[in-house]
Amino acid sequence: MSRFLIPMVVFALLIAIFVVGLGRDPSQLPSPLLEKPAPQFDLPSLLDPEQRVTTQDFNGEVALVNVWATWCAGCRQEHDFLMQLSKAGVLPIYGLNWRDNGPDARRWLQQLGDPYVATAYDQDGRVGIDWGVYGAPETFLIAADGTILYKQLGPLSWGLWEENFVPLLEGQEQLQ
Amino acid sequence: MRKLLGMLTLLAMSMPAVAIDDSEAFDDPELQARYEEIVSEVRCLKCQNQTIKDSNAFLAGDLRREIRRMLEEGLSDDEIYDFLVDRYGEFALYRPRASGKTLILWIAPGLLLLGGIVVLGGVLRKRMNMPIDEDGA
Repeated sequence: MSRFLIPMVVFALLIAIFVVGLGRDPSQLPSPLLEKPAPQFDLPSLLDPEQRVTTQDFNGEVALVNVWATWCAGCRQEHDFLMQLSKAGVLPIYGLNWRDNGPDARRWLQQLGDPYVATAYDQDGRVGIDWGVYGAPETFLIAADGTILYKQLGPLSWGLWEENFVPLLEGQEQLQ
Repeated sequence: MRKLLGMLTLLAMSMPAVAIDDSEAFDDPELQARYEEIVSEVRCLKCQNQTIKDSNAFLAGDLRREIRRMLEEGLSDDEIYDFLVDRYGEFALYRPRASGKTLILWIAPGLLLLGGIVVLGGVLRKRMNMPIDEDGA
């Protein structure tokens, strides 16, 4: 019996590693930016190119930064949720319109509603790279001191909100 | 008929040569060489099994543009890799550097080989101690 024990244990371990590994979604990469200060940006506003949207705008408040584009199906999917969240007034939502076409993006907000306090227009994707964005939608939860608390990949929903954001928000002091 | 089939087969196997990266070459051949090396070491995060050299995803194009800009600004290879790792993690590099987090990746093959040798040694020693079967069965 004992001569089978070690191979059995090794085999069981291997299976355990495979089960855990297969359960992971390889497209969900951990962000090295978590717990770090949000990268600064200073971009033109999508709605009014004369104005600037900068990281200073949400300095001192817990805020959401949502990376979106009109070519992104997941963004359409989460849009209703964002509208509801913005109406609920839980926290300010800032948009980062990433690698998009300005007129299309403005039309999108006109037709579907605008959940954002302000939307920064990152046409060439330079800021997206600083934020480690590799696929829209991505949503960052930013603490009042500017630290990135959490990054959600893929479309948001109330379920994900309750599960991943609410527990983190409870630890934060300021809320609107 | 056979000839036709053969020709069709050859035709089906032909691949169009298309350059993904259509950016202009650097004037300095040394910079160009470094550029070529870096873009073939960096993973396209959107299309994970391609390097940014081989990918036509716009993210890959953006990253190539950033690498080009950094080379022109005179940054070292390490500084450029650091830039990418700070934003996208070690996963962005096809050959993650040996650090605390990735150490296991680098030492695991050696450990496995060592384990195999130990097991093999044990089995062989056991066999050598076995009485030789005179019948040769």
